[in-house]
Amino acid sequence: MNSTFLDNSLFRNIYCYLASDSDGCASRGYDTAVLPAGFEWLAFAITAFIIINIVINAGLGAVIVYIWGERRILGRIQNRTGPNRWGPFGMFTSVADAIKTLFKEDIIPDEADRWLFNLAPILMVFPVLMVLAVIPFGVGTFVVDINVGILFVIAVTSISGISVVLASWASGNRISIFSGMRSVAMLISYEIPMALSLIGVLMLAGSMSLGAIVEAQDLPFILVQPLGLFVFLIAAQAETSRTPFDLIEAESELAAGYLNDYSSMKFGIFFLAEFLATIVASMLIVTLFLGGWRGWDPIPSQIWFAGKTVLVLLFIMWMRFSWPRLRVDQILALAWKGLFELTLINIFVTAILIAIWPDPGITELLIMSAINWVVFFISIWLVSKLLRPSDYANPAPQPENPPYPVATDELPDEMAYTGGTTR
Amino acid sequence: MTTQVRTEPITVNLGPQHPSTHGVFRMRVTFDGEEIIDVEPIFGYLHRGSEKLAEERTYVQVVTLTDRMDYVGSMLNNQAYMLAVEKLAGVEPAPRGVWLRMIASELQRIASHLVAVGFLIQDLGAWGTPLIYTMREREKILDLFEMLCGARITNSYLRPGGVFMDAPEEFWPAMNELLDELPPRIDDLDDLLTDNDIIFSRTKGVSILTPEQMIDASITGPMLRAAGVDWDLRHRDPYDYYDQVSFDRPLHTAGDNFARYWVRVQEMRESIKIIRQCEKLIEPGPVRPEHDDVPWLLRPPIGDAYAAIEHSKGELGFYLVSDGSISPYRCHVRAPSLINLTLLRDMLVGELLADMFVSFGSVDINMGEVDR
Repeated sequence: MNSTFLDNSLFRNIYCYLASDSDGCASRGYDTAVLPAGFEWLAFAITAFIIINIVINAGLGAVIVYIWGERRILGRIQNRTGPNRWGPFGMFTSVADAIKTLFKEDIIPDEADRWLFNLAPILMVFPVLMVLAVIPFGVGTFVVDINVGILFVIAVTSISGISVVLASWASGNRISIFSGMRSVAMLISYEIPMALSLIGVLMLAGSMSLGAIVEAQDLPFILVQPLGLFVFLIAAQAETSRTPFDLIEAESELAAGYLNDYSSMKFGIFFLAEFLATIVASMLIVTLFLGGWRGWDPIPSQIWFAGKTVLVLLFIMWMRFSWPRLRVDQILALAWKGLFELTLINIFVTAILIAIWPDPGITELLIMSAINWVVFFISIWLVSKLLRPSDYANPAPQPENPPYPVATDELPDEMAYTGGTTR
Repeated sequence: MTTQVRTEPITVNLGPQHPSTHGVFRMRVTFDGEEIIDVEPIFGYLHRGSEKLAEERTYVQVVTLTDRMDYVGSMLNNQAYMLAVEKLAGVEPAPRGVWLRMIASELQRIASHLVAVGFLIQDLGAWGTPLIYTMREREKILDLFEMLCGARITNSYLRPGGVFMDAPEEFWPAMNELLDELPPRIDDLDDLLTDNDIIFSRTKGVSILTPEQMIDASITGPMLRAAGVDWDLRHRDPYDYYDQVSFDRPLHTAGDNFARYWVRVQEMRESIKIIRQCEKLIEPGPVRPEHDDVPWLLRPPIGDAYAAIEHSKGELGFYLVSDGSISPYRCHVRAPSLINLTLLRDMLVGELLADMFVSFGSVDINMGEVDR
């Protein structure tokens, strides 16, 4: 048995209960066995099935709670109550919505490419669920801790871009096509700064495994890697296509973008994937930059992780509800002229600092974070100078030199409009 | 070697059922990629025949039709219509009624601009938060209207020669409270929106209209003032008692979406100034002429009259022809929403899809008035 799996306490407890004969379990003190020897594969399959079900259902449950929370907080931000009818504090509103979505009629347009139309929602949701597999939720609470965790995350999440294109193409709807074109431009552009922003974290942690990155954060990387966090936060917003980057389903422009022709549970799955992606993105931010599950006793590590995730989610909601959307050319300019440079600066500065202190202790990390914060403010200021449009030279017209033809004062009286009756 | 990718324009039908067309407006747009190369506006989905209906009703009954033209500016519609009726029938209005209708119409102008600004931000893609902030202030103005006449949207408050009822006692403190509250709220709006880099970069330099273009198309209102043309009927051709109050006319030179937005925000402050002056100048007295002088069944002498006001959207004019009977022989409305839309194609061609509805919203139209 692979020992990485047996480090996982949840996996170990189930697996070793079923088949304790294997070497790993015996050395860890498990002696009961339900299945006879030679059935380790069955034990493995059952354990994997149980754990996958737990994680996916926890994810879906989190989405239900998250949608409710988002609507409540949107209500608070907008001076209104939010959902408050169904259950205490309107908690069951999302449940009711989910049930309603399930029972809606599933319409497939005549113009649609049926096969791709049905494939797109599946392709949308499964990469997000796969990312859940590598996130460490607490001490020994993870599905699997693979040693190329970050690479896996970046590789798997890029699949969802394809699904948007598929959905928009398969709908056979012209408005949806715009959404597909935008998603090609935007999602692919933002993958580059998103991947590059994590290089600094990799260099500091010395590993791509998410578990090892959490272990390495004696000082949370938000302090040491402010630029990395900044770029990753923005790129993650763009990848999950939330306002101010919600080009793909821009409501005021494209009605619902690629979702225009979806109904019933296919629409529900897209929605689920979108919200789950937001939760997963904040979990990644917590894992990579906020010290993951690390905290202080006696509060369990899982609670720390959940609490930090909620904080990041609140921040993301706040951004989402306050700002209007950027235009497509501005979004691409931000990716290529802004974030890309910021990541390069970050990599450069972090590399130099690591060359100076190859094995930083807490003091060195503090010095590094001080330098990095200075670099952060200077580079953000420079980039915002670069991207901001210039102000109006002269907003108010000069009385002696009006910018329009002055006709009204010079017209002869009988031609000038006086507003009088024509009687 | 470069390979030429064959592209072709795509024609998309946007509306009449679309979240951002401010009602039931339809545009057949041809895109080259995201860029607009042709726009064909199609309207008439909300046509109710108000002008024809007016010919079947008495002069006072027509007020209810004007409410439903631009339903975010009912008081202003009432005012324009009443000016036309007074001019046609030669009615001498009661001073207190005139002051009251000036107050009501300036309040309505603030409400209308709040709606325009809020929905412009909504078109920019904000998640409703700025819109609801502007709606919060508008609600308070509608509460004041409820005190004045019992209705919030379709007021029908004005009558020939004044208003139909004096303001109740509790109206004045409530209005003063609102007037104290509004300037900080508008400052908040400025902080949140005008100084916002996203809004500025989205709206600056988009859909520029030159003063020449707009004068040729007889566009009026904040759109025209956003290009630096100092044309405000309250100042150029004062109706009611606008010659007795002083106010600034905010102007911007750019003529783009940002300038249109900016002018509206500044005009709200000016309206507050006007209301404060009206409140000082108003005196007790009858709110409309005696019934013997101006009966409900007005029979104006044969003739015609045109009266125009500075509506929140532009010059709103009513042209009435009387044949001496109890209802107008012809009622024509010079609707600013419709006329301001005439340059839509010039505004949109060459812009991107994302800016299309922003430019459309920055005209501040109301489909009830466009189609009538």
